[in-house]
Amino acid sequence: MTQATETKAPVSTSDSSAMDTVRDIVVKYGFIAVTIGFFVYFAVTEPAFATSSSIFAMLKFASVTAILGIGVMFTMVVGGLDLSIGSTAGLSVQLAAMTMVFYNMNAGTAIVAVLLGGLVVGCLNAFLIVVCKIPDLLATLAVMFVIQGAKLIPVNGQSVSGGMVRQDGTVAPGKFDPAFLKIDRGYVGPVPLPVVIMLVVVVVAWFILARTSWGRILYAIGSNPDAARLAGVRVGLHRALAYIMCSLFASVGGLILVSRIGQGDVAAGSSSLLEAVAVALVGTSVLGLAKPNAWGTLLGALLIAIVLTGMNMKGLQYYHQDTAKGLVLLLALLFSFTVSRRKARYTPAT
Amino acid sequence: MNNDVQPNESVPESSEPTLGADALGTQDSTTAAPALELVDIVMSFGSNRVLKGVDLTLHPGRITALLGANGAGKSTLIKILAGVYSAVSGEVRIDGVPVEINRPLDATANGLQTVHQRIDDSILPGLTVAENLVFEEIARGQAPKVSSLSALLPRAREIASSLSLGWSDEVLRKDVYELGIADCQLLLLARALVHRPKVLILDEPTSTLSSAEADRLYELIFRLRDEGVAILYVSHRMGEIKALADDVVVLRDGRIIDEQHRPFDLNRAVAAMLGQQTVRDAEEVVENRGETTRFAIKDVQLLKHSVPTSVELRAGEVTGIIGLIGAGKTELAEVIYGANTKTTAHMELNGKPYAPRNPKEAISHGVYLVPEDRAAEAMLPGWSISSTLSLPFLRSFAGLFSLNTAKENRNASDAISEFGIVSTGPDQPVDALSGGNQQKVIVARWMREKTNLLVLDEPFRGVDIGARRDISHRARELASRGACVAVLVSDVEEVREVADRIIVLVEGEARLDAYTSEITNELIISTMSEVSA
Repeated sequence: MTQATETKAPVSTSDSSAMDTVRDIVVKYGFIAVTIGFFVYFAVTEPAFATSSSIFAMLKFASVTAILGIGVMFTMVVGGLDLSIGSTAGLSVQLAAMTMVFYNMNAGTAIVAVLLGGLVVGCLNAFLIVVCKIPDLLATLAVMFVIQGAKLIPVNGQSVSGGMVRQDGTVAPGKFDPAFLKIDRGYVGPVPLPVVIMLVVVVVAWFILARTSWGRILYAIGSNPDAARLAGVRVGLHRALAYIMCSLFASVGGLILVSRIGQGDVAAGSSSLLEAVAVALVGTSVLGLAKPNAWGTLLGALLIAIVLTGMNMKGLQYYHQDTAKGLVLLLALLFSFTVSRRKARYTPAT
Repeated sequence: MNNDVQPNESVPESSEPTLGADALGTQDSTTAAPALELVDIVMSFGSNRVLKGVDLTLHPGRITALLGANGAGKSTLIKILAGVYSAVSGEVRIDGVPVEINRPLDATANGLQTVHQRIDDSILPGLTVAENLVFEEIARGQAPKVSSLSALLPRAREIASSLSLGWSDEVLRKDVYELGIADCQLLLLARALVHRPKVLILDEPTSTLSSAEADRLYELIFRLRDEGVAILYVSHRMGEIKALADDVVVLRDGRIIDEQHRPFDLNRAVAAMLGQQTVRDAEEVVENRGETTRFAIKDVQLLKHSVPTSVELRAGEVTGIIGLIGAGKTELAEVIYGANTKTTAHMELNGKPYAPRNPKEAISHGVYLVPEDRAAEAMLPGWSISSTLSLPFLRSFAGLFSLNTAKENRNASDAISEFGIVSTGPDQPVDALSGGNQQKVIVARWMREKTNLLVLDEPFRGVDIGARRDISHRARELASRGACVAVLVSDVEEVREVADRIIVLVEGEARLDAYTSEITNELIISTMSEVSA
């Protein structure tokens, strides 16, 4: 929606117009400036920071967060929020591991299993929210717990890895397909494959939301569901599709994650929820759009990757990371809700 | 419905005055010192002057009915009296003494109490009846900070007894949600009376009550009047006003334009409220008469207790459907548009059965609606003019892969020039437009070649006179090209301006159906204010 970027300021008195112009510039470019500022700061103070290997590592680091963030963003566009996204990614990790290790299948089958898993979770969320009319935050919170618990049952609470001993005492027949591990470790030219996947996901999401009629319909639902309905939009159907999209993106993120860890780690994905929500929210503050958007979400993921990598190089301990993520999110929220005169219209759970 | 209500004259005058010393013997005279005087109250929002100098006097022991159509400024006036808004200028006097009312607490302190129309805004579900009764004291920290429900009961009983509600402890311990609407209304009234108000403002207190429940409320209102309270009673029900009121005042366009004492000429009051004095515009409209029936709805029950009714709309003419608030206009519009599928109705479009399950299906039949509440039901905050216009018809703006934004912009530019929408261009967000221009965008969206039936529900609300002329002109033009247009309004002046044919809707029933040139405003108004048997 390109037209939204050029919001005309409402009528204002001449005294305050200069202030308002400054404010508009801050709102529009402030977050991009902050990201560049952090990059330059770390690049100047840490010689290893701005090398190409370090930059690709950062992009790789950002890829899972960005893809999950894009998923959450779809639910935010329709005025909701999917809290089950992290556990869906975790479920993907385990589904991939089980398909290959327990059932000795190849990479292709594992990928299909993971995507089907995402589809099932998406349909469950959509059913609970649209048909059963449970508020989305609550429905997806319940689904999050159900997935987290249920996925432990078939593996007896153990992480799945090649050669493990199963519940019945037999040794698991399979191992991770080397081709599967290429998802995270492969390259397209000099560019790591996860970075390529991330860029494809972002471009696809941007195209859908900003250029197609379906994107327009999703934004209409988030803007005013009653007006959308009276303009002939099937609100329930499209909200359902947004949740299914979200879970599918979650399983794509999960694929990269499990390929990176190389085993069915039971804890994988659990920290992804807050990061994904954070970067999607950060995205709303970019360019003063005051609404969820794909490029903003990518920028949010990059900023967090830059800050965490830089802090790492400066020798800060891992436990500083959550504080840093929280402060980045807080900064973004200040841009969206406090500084901007165009108030962000993020309205969860109706 | 008000047959049981005792008229003022038969109320015994011997009842003990407890609230005001002036109460005795004031019922037949207006000479006693007024309880409340409003002098030249002006209120504006931005450049929009809503109240243009209101003078109003309320006397102790008298019930004054306030009449006014949508947008007359009634709710603004009530909010000023409740301390929600502060008037721009003018004076409020209580017992002859000027007072400042800038906050709700000021109103309470000066003896003004308001019972608002929307019960949901004042009731706290999840709390018990007792807690709701004493809630203001809890909120102000006058109740004990830590207390069991039992500790609150004595005070709650005391408040309830002020209206002799006769609620047992069992009722007081219930969640307020389990009370009926009528009892909630009485609860709020009891809560208002805790402060022993000199002036009580009741905003359509019976709009959700059955007639038996309303009768119970009337008894209480009479008792309060006899105790010397000055009561301002807002209502649209003529029968109720006839039975209750000692005086009637009519607000129109931000001014009091009619004042009456018993005996009332209610026809005159309704005429004043609906703007009958304004003569139809000099430019005589050529009346179109449609030949073929485009749309028919048979035996539809629009309101909970209304009789089934039928309406036919013809192609080539504008039908004005006029009725007071609550007459069933919006309900009719929603049924036609498939937005309310709970009401069953047999409908035909172009002679074929028509039963839309949702607005999308209505739109695919070329049946369109401009909804009553623009902000809540039509506007998309932050959206540009061009995307607001194209939303229902995105398929026709689809390119190979993506939306054809150039086509959207052309469409918007056309609408902007055709309708004279004052804007900076197709990209301007709709929020930044004036009310009239916003409405033009919403109306323009639906004026297409394929329009079969266009329903406009209160299209002139919050719209300036110029935009109103433009919109009705466009609606007439659309009809003259063969479309069928229905305009739902509650203002006689408006219906005259736009309609070829007029149907009067009274309590969910189509009562009068005639060509505009064949009926007088007097007939329309007297039909509208008919009280159902």
